Amino acid sequence: MKVTCTVNGREQSVDGVAEFESLLQFLRDHLGLTGTKNACEQGECGSCSVLLDGTLVCSCLVGAGQAEGRVVTTIEGITDGEDLDPVQAAFVEVGAIQCGFCTPGLVMGARDLLERVADPDDEEIREALAGNLCRCTGYQKIIDAVHSAARATF
Amino acid sequence: MRAEHEQAVALQGGTDVYVEVNFGRLRPVSLLDLTRVDELRGIARENGTVRIGAGSTYHEMIENLEKDAPALVIASRTVGSPPIRNRGTIGGNLGSASPAGDCHPPLLAAGATIEIASANETRLVPVEDFFVAPKRSVLRPDEVIMAVHVERATGPQSFSKVGVRNAMVIAVCSFAIAFQSESGRVGTGIGSAGPVPLRALEAERFLEGHLAESRRWDTAAPLEESVVARFGELVAAGARPIDDVRGTAPYRRHALGVLARRSLIWCWNEYAGRPR
Repeated sequence: MKVTCTVNGREQSVDGVAEFESLLQFLRDHLGLTGTKNACEQGECGSCSVLLDGTLVCSCLVGAGQAEGRVVTTIEGITDGEDLDPVQAAFVEVGAIQCGFCTPGLVMGARDLLERVADPDDEEIREALAGNLCRCTGYQKIIDAVHSAARATF
Repeated sequence: MRAEHEQAVALQGGTDVYVEVNFGRLRPVSLLDLTRVDELRGIARENGTVRIGAGSTYHEMIENLEKDAPALVIASRTVGSPPIRNRGTIGGNLGSASPAGDCHPPLLAAGATIEIASANETRLVPVEDFFVAPKRSVLRPDEVIMAVHVERATGPQSFSKVGVRNAMVIAVCSFAIAFQSESGRVGTGIGSAGPVPLRALEAERFLEGHLAESRRWDTAAPLEESVVARFGELVAAGARPIDDVRGTAPYRRHALGVLARRSLIWCWNEYAGRPR
């Protein structure tokens, strides 16, 4: 089938998408946007988080066809130049990254939180990122990074 | 359209369906995306009831139903994570008909009705008649779940579930209770402890009878320990649990008794503290 949607501000029209492919497969395999990670494929890990019409979703659980006509933002689309997004910068500065696999999903989740809550407390950060698994850092530095990003943008 | 594509798997947010697809357990001939159907969206109040469109997400229920369906809101908050709550819907939860679905106990406790439509007719099914077996409901291949109708809460409600962590877990067992103080009704719902979500009918009858006989709705006096204990026993006895990967049957029965006692105390304290 053919899927047409806006990804990171550009209209994309892709033929030959299999009926049951997910939005995640569409982004990675058809558009080459591999910043969105594929891990659990069951909504448990958050590493495939993207925005669909501005709403944070697990792209592995969205049908590619469900994105028809919609607007998708991936980690590649959150900044348009050489500069890092403030949340990315905070993750680097605080050292909230080890292997980096979970980072795109966490950055998408943290940005979504900061859009809603300008200066979240620990509890709000933990709740917002409860669906993002990191197997390296133990989460404390991730929480520190979200605080740091909040201070930078607040 | 549903009638012309009976073999298609209907999906809302995809949070259940796509797990099955991704793991190769489901290869439907086609998928029918219900997220684009406007008639399934929205939450509307009509006199004493609220109509929750089947496409309402957990996030939308959390934002809109705090007063009218508090147990459903608590249950919605326990579902997955923010991205899951942004996509998962009440209609999808019912359609999957898992015994562990988090919406089901609050809907049983509140005495909800499911609105189901085909090309020819619309029918209303009490939620307790909706589930027939694990992951099976009365929904026919040519039908779509349109909405859930629920009486607006007039008394306290609660929902609680047992799991290994707060977020992202499927319930080992869960329990909901709803007090309708205007009618004197007490409703219950048990999740993850039977082939289908269940009501604890004997526990409901016992508590309704006790509250009426002792004029408790008027006095709001504290409940005797023996009443709380008996209620817990009857809820545990009302479950039909099995052993599985998430827990054993005896554990589930025990935990349900604990949840039932605590829920009763929480709700009764809340009722006693309300202005009358």
